[in-house]
Parts: sequence; C-alpha cells; structure tokens
Amino acid sequence: MFGFSSYGQFTLSGKITNEKNQPLTGSHIHTQYFNTVSNPIGEFEINGLPKGELRVYISYLGYTTCDTLVDITQDVVLNVQLKPSETKLESVTVKQKTAKVSSSLSEQRISKASIERNSSKTLADALKEVPGVSLLRTGTTIVKPVINGLHSSRVPIFSNQVRLEDQQWGTEHAPNFDLNAAGKISVVKGASGLQYSGDAVGGMVIIESTSVKQDTLFGRTIVSGSSNGRGGTISSSIHKGNSAGWRWNALGTFTYFGDRESPDYVLSNSGNRELNFSGDVSYVKENYGLSAFYSLYNAKIGILSASHIGNVTDLYNSINNQIPYIINDFTYSIQHPKQVIQHHLFKLNYLQKLDESSSISTFYSLQFNNRNELDLRLGEDANKAALDLELTTHSLQSDYKKEWNQFTLKTGISGLFQNNFANPRTGVRPLIPTYVRFDAGFYGIGTYEINEDLIVDGGVRYDFSTIEASKDYLKSRWEERGYQDDFADIIVDETANQWRTKPQFTFHNISASLGVRKDFQQDWKWLNNISLSNRNPNPSEFFSDGLHHSTGQIELGDLRLKKEESLKFSSSLSKNGKSFSMEINPFLHYISNFIYLRPIGFETTIRGAFPVWEFQQTNARLFGLDFHSQWNIHSNWQHKFSFAYVNGEDLSESQPLIDMPPMTISTSIQYKKEGWNGLLLELQSESVFRQHRYPDFNFETDIIVDGEFVPVIVDISTPPKAYQLFHFYSEMKFKAFKILDTTIALSVQNMLNTDYRDYLNRQRFFVDEMGRNIQLQLKINY
Amino acid sequence: MKNLKIMALALTAIFTFNSCSNDDSPVVEEELITTLTATFVGGGETITLTSRDADGDGPNAPIITLSGNFAASTNYSGSVQFLNELVNPAENITEEIEEKDLEHQVFYQIPNSLGNFTYSDFDTEGNPLGLEFTFATGANPGTGIITITLRHLPNKNADGVSDGNISNAGGSTDVEVSFPIVII
Repeated sequence: MFGFSSYGQFTLSGKITNEKNQPLTGSHIHTQYFNTVSNPIGEFEINGLPKGELRVYISYLGYTTCDTLVDITQDVVLNVQLKPSETKLESVTVKQKTAKVSSSLSEQRISKASIERNSSKTLADALKEVPGVSLLRTGTTIVKPVINGLHSSRVPIFSNQVRLEDQQWGTEHAPNFDLNAAGKISVVKGASGLQYSGDAVGGMVIIESTSVKQDTLFGRTIVSGSSNGRGGTISSSIHKGNSAGWRWNALGTFTYFGDRESPDYVLSNSGNRELNFSGDVSYVKENYGLSAFYSLYNAKIGILSASHIGNVTDLYNSINNQIPYIINDFTYSIQHPKQVIQHHLFKLNYLQKLDESSSISTFYSLQFNNRNELDLRLGEDANKAALDLELTTHSLQSDYKKEWNQFTLKTGISGLFQNNFANPRTGVRPLIPTYVRFDAGFYGIGTYEINEDLIVDGGVRYDFSTIEASKDYLKSRWEERGYQDDFADIIVDETANQWRTKPQFTFHNISASLGVRKDFQQDWKWLNNISLSNRNPNPSEFFSDGLHHSTGQIELGDLRLKKEESLKFSSSLSKNGKSFSMEINPFLHYISNFIYLRPIGFETTIRGAFPVWEFQQTNARLFGLDFHSQWNIHSNWQHKFSFAYVNGEDLSESQPLIDMPPMTISTSIQYKKEGWNGLLLELQSESVFRQHRYPDFNFETDIIVDGEFVPVIVDISTPPKAYQLFHFYSEMKFKAFKILDTTIALSVQNMLNTDYRDYLNRQRFFVDEMGRNIQLQLKINY
Repeated sequence: MKNLKIMALALTAIFTFNSCSNDDSPVVEEELITTLTATFVGGGETITLTSRDADGDGPNAPIITLSGNFAASTNYSGSVQFLNELVNPAENITEEIEEKDLEHQVFYQIPNSLGNFTYSDFDTEGNPLGLEFTFATGANPGTGIITITLRHLPNKNADGVSDGNISNAGGSTDVEVSFPIVII
C-alpha cells in the first residue's frame, strides 16, 4: 500500500542521454517524494507530484550528477543530457517542455482540484475556470462549454482520443460524460490539434482518464452533498498502477438531485440522476502496450416545467411576467418533459514502439448513444418518447510518431462510420432523421526546434465525409422551402401528405495549422498560431423541420447550406514566474458561411402562431482577449484574476452576432496555511457584464385581449442585466483512523442569494438562475 | 451509396444494444390536434365553427369555416370537439381530454358587448372543463372575434380561471383559434 499523504496530480517525465544523445539506461532520478530509474531507452516518469518547486538529482556512474530545480505547475518533461565526469564541469543542458497538443497554441489545463470540486456538477462547470470559456445552459444541469464565443458542433470533445459522438449538435444536448472520470482535461482554443480533427472551428476539449504508472494500488472516494437540489454525488474509484505489466482503473459515480431553487421560487422539474461507470485494463511492456477502455454514462434529466410553453402568446406572457407559470413544491420526482440518455464508449488501443524514437498507436472505438426525450403527451402516448435517437459510431485511427534530434513528425489516418436511427414509432416527426455517415482522413504534423528557445510547428489534414439521410418532408414544407425545383431528384417515395427523400452530401476538406513559439529569458513565452479549418453542416442544420417544444419555436434546416470555413489567428504571451504568472491571449477569427439560427417570421397552426427560426449563413468576424494572472503575494496569500471578452460581428449584415458571451471578470483571493491541517480559504467574485452588442430579432405579434387583436412586441433579443456573484470555498486535511487521508471541503456558491438571469441560458425567458448553494464535500484517499 | 447502406446494415447488426429493428417507415403523427369543431345549437339552428390544420406544424395556416351567423338575444348550447384527422379513421382527442379533465380547460373569449359564455361541464374537483358550454348572444347585432383556447396544465385555482378568465391560467397552449363571427 502506498502512502498518499503527498498524492499530487503532476507528472515529471523525460529522457536521460549522454553527450552523443545515446540513452543512459539505469540513470537514477531522485526527488524528495519518489525515486526511479530510467528504462532501456533512457526514459523515466514520476507521477503524483504535488505543485511547487521540486529539486531533482539525476546521476549515472561516470557522469556528472545533474542537480536542478523544476517548477511543477503542470506536467513537465525534463530531458537531460549528462556530461562525462572526466570533462571539465560545465552547466548541463536542461530542456523543459510539456506534453501538449500543439507547441504553438496556448492550451489550458483544468486542475485536478477543480475537477474534484465540481464532482456533482458537469464537465462544462469545471472548464469554466479557463478564461475565455463560458457556459451555454439549458436550465441547471444541461451545460455546454463555449470557447471564445463558439460551441456545440464547433467544439468537439475527446475522451481518451475518441471524439464524443452524442448528438452534440443541439444546444440542449450536454456532453454525455462523467466529469469524475477525467484525470486530465485540456482546453485548446483553436483548431490546431489536427491529429484529432480538422473541424474544431471553436476549439477542443481533450480529456484523458487517470493512468498510474507507479507500482501501487489505491482508491479514492468523493462524497458531495448540496443544499440546493437537496442531493449529492458519490464517486468512488480504484486504481492499480504498474510501471510495466498490468494496470487497471475502475470508477463509479451516482448522482441524485431533486428540484433546484432560485432565490424566490422552486425551479420545478429541474432534478437529475446519473449512474455512471468507467474502467480500463492495460498491459504495458517495454516496447508495446495494449489497453481496453469502457465507459457508460447514464442520465435522466428533468426539463423545467415552466419552459414547456405553447405558442407565441405564452412566450410573450412569460417574458413580460418574469415569473414562471408553474411553481410546485419541492420534489425529488422527475416528471415530463425530461431527457433519458445512455452513452456507451468502448475503445481498444495498441501501441507499438518501433525503435527508440518512433512509435505507432492504433485504436478502434465504438460508441452507442441512445437519447430519449419525453414530452407532455396525452393518453396512451404519455410515456412514449417524443424523440428516440440511436446513434452508433465506429472509428478506427492509427497514429505514427517519430522523433529526431530537433524534428518531430506525427502522422496518421482515421476512418469513421456512423449510423443514426430515428425511431418512427414515437408518433412525432423527428428533428433529426435516420442517416448514415462515412468519414476518412489523414494528417501530418511537424515540429522543428530551430534552437532551444525557438520552435516552429505546422500541419495539414485532409478529410472526406459523406452523409446520406432518409428524411420525410411534409409536402407543404417541401414547397415552402422551395425544394421542388432544386431537389426533385432526391424524392424516392410518397405517402398522403409527405415526400420520402434521400438527401446525400459529400465534402472534401483541407485544414492546416502553422505556428511559432519563442521563449525569452525570465520565464516569458510567446506563442503564435494560425489555423484554417472547415466544418460541414450538421444533421440539425440540414434537416431540422418542425416545432421545438422546449423553446416554442419552429426550427428549419436548409439543404442548401455550405460548409463553414474558419481562419483563426491567436497569440499568447505568458510569464511563468515564482511569485507572478500571467497569460494574455488575443485572437482574431474569421468564419465564412457561419451558420446560425435567425427568426424569419411566423407560421400559424391550430395551436396559434409560432415564430419561425431558420438556419442561415453569413460571414462572421470574432475578436477578443483572454487574460489571467496569479500572484503569490505572500507564502500564505494568493490572488487570481481573469478577464474574458469576445466581440462577434455579422459582416454581411453589419450587426452583432447573436449569443456572444458578455464580458466577464473573476477575482479570487486565497489563504493557505499548511501547518493548520492544510487550511485553505478562498473567496471569489464573479462579474458578468451586460451584453450590449446583440442583433434585434424582436418580432411583433397579435395577442387577443377582450376579443380584439392587440399588436405587441415579443422581446427575445434584449440580454439580461449584469450580475455579480460571490463564492466561498474552504478545505482542511485530516488523517482519519490514522491511515486515511481525508479532505473536508465546505463551499458556498452564490453566497448572497442573488437573483439573476444569464444571456447564455436558453431558459432565461422563463426563470431566474439557481440561488445559494451550500456544498459539503468529503474526499478520502486509501 | 448502395455499398454504404449494406455496410451500415452489416455494422449495425454487429452491435445492437436494443432489440429495435431499423424500422424505416414514415412517422405516423399521433396525438396531434388537426381539427377543432365547435357546435352551437339555439334558435332552431345549428351553427358550426371549424378550424382544420391539415399539415399540423407545417407551414400552411389552418382553414377556418363558419356555417352561419348568430342571432342576437339567443341562447345557444354548445360543445367542442378536437380531432386528429391525419390518421384514418380520425382520432378523437376530446375523449382523452375528458379522461385527463384535471389537466385541461377550454377558454372562450369574446367582447362583452357581443355575448358571454358559461361553462356547463366540470372536472372531478368541480372546476370547469369547458367541452360543453352555453353561449348567450347580446341584444345588438355586431361583429367580433371568438377565441377558443385549450390549455394544458392550467392553474385552475388561480383568480378568475373558474369564471373562464384566461389571463391568470398559465399552462401551455394546445389549441388557439380565432373565429370572426357576425351577430345579426
């Protein structure tokens, strides 16, 4: 058993070589926590290091011992060239670099502490600590990350290299991922990760599960209880590490919440349940490794009762009254409307080292996603889903990596096959039709170290994609869309009032990335990157046609949509000092054929009039700035500050882009005293400004008052006012029963119980956000 | 594309979590209300008001028909019926509303000068349901709009709701139709 009093989250790895760049097998690497020995190719790895300064001694008989200080604030790669001891003592060459997606694009890691704090929340809640990441919400539990103003299909999420295929096109479809299963999370604010994909127009989120390379067995349990929602989460994991041979991990999470509450009323039907599992087994030898991974995400999420509205009169009333029309007493039970989701991910990976400097890694993955959306329905259909989608995705990928002295080459090929099945037995016309999709791609990325402090990298990727759908159009809709002239050839069949069509689309895309990184003295780094990416319209943008019940609007796709082309330039200047660190990250982003939803008028049905929103394309320009700093004022006091601003403009119409996150500022002050059981106190202030730049998509409608039609304006455009929230966090560490390392954390979110609404919450027309929440958390390592 | 389909079927066959077959039949829309018919019997005449929306949520507006004009100072006894005529035979949704009477209420709005509606049927808790009603026309001829609204999950205990006032009713609108009527 392994003492985990010093269990930290960082890894130090690297390669020990001699003056001729030959590996030194059996070099001793000593630190105050762990010692290790380099393997036959000179490589070593030490896991579980805490944050802070670390003295590292590297010795090899006949060579001068290297004694260096490494600042552990993230995973560090330390490549050391030892000099023979006969020669005159000279300073050794120490190179520090981090294992990253791209060496020229700024990448932010989410700390393990943040992952644990958000144990009972969502993936996106943990990502919010990164400046430039905001949250797109539908209620309290459906949360998606927005990176520099973009989200959903533009921000793919990768779990252990596998792109999550979980109907991610929809704004009310949150990532089907259990945050507790994440070991490491990185946010890349651009499309430069070409080894992953060529269509990450907004950026990407890369998640790796915990992997322990030390010979040990340990477990961890986190129990969280929250006052708001009167529920909590229990997550337990067990990890068997090994330097070579068998390693395995298993994790289970259970979440149970009732209705959340805003400061003034219960948010009826906002409870949720989750029951998740993930686990992996791997067998690792010197030259090869084989691993199998499986995860299951299983969730039931209530959709706020008050957001289920009827026609535009209901929408008008809700916006103007500012009070939800359904407020029931608190309950744990989840009624309709609700979402019931299952996501299975299975992956088989094989890594083969070809020689000391090259390796090839191949994986196959299978994902099965079943999304059921249950609505308020009558009679026999009451318990029948209104939307039942089964999405099956197979993917196969092989990556080759070769390192020379100054040059690293990564290249690979990938293929994907996907089948979506929209169950017609729901008795409701599905928003997303049945379809099959086939993708293939290959890429090459090179990184060249011109010298120790100047690195250039560049890459190019080609993607082929074809999709064929089976879609039924109402004949009236077919004509309204004007498809009879352009798409008459895709009709294959007809029923009384519908056309059965087989639309098919094929795309060839080239994406590329080019960047340079320059290191200056005194811990300054300057990164510049330009990336070109393409995103094909997703099935919802092509095929949507019908009433979206949760928003009370008719959404119409368009078969004529073209792919989006994006060009993003981003620059990052950072300083990583002992007492002060900061990063400033400006960007400029052009997207041609940018797809967005825009209101175009009304349609009258027997249920009344509904606003019609159509997917349209325009040329968009975004620019913005993210900044964060960390100042260690004193050994006990720390100050953190972050700022994010994005400005989106529709260039074709000369007006602001819709749904751009408002400016945010976050400040926190932290007091830490190791001597007092690791006492940590933190106070955070979060200020969200009002979004002043928004397009006016308000529309006029007639509502009936006293038997007369009265024209009114439905204000769907005006963003809510600015708000400021205060959050508190505290923790202490104990040894329970003398052996169990235990942390108790008490935190309060929205301390002042402030009433507010957020521009990026799709339910802002109906309810206030959640009020004060007090959370008690217990973490045990054993 | 043939090959792609064969591949699709082969690969899906390998991996089926649910026993669901890849049923590719067109969706038959259920529980959709396409048609509202309100019948008024009084003064020796029967007047029907119909709104028929044959394409449901599709782009075409409902077609509204009125069989005749109302007479002044007359009491009509009325009833309303909701149908889904997209299925054959037509599905009578009215029965399901009667079953779930606590969750529904039909509202009738008309300018006071033209007449007023009174509920004739009630749910199991004694609150109005509104599938049956009486309509008393005013003493003077005129024109105006009758709006018939079916609300799902209204707050039946809110102020004025049992008298047929929709303003505090809340809930979501399943049907809302306006008929321009003439009183002679």
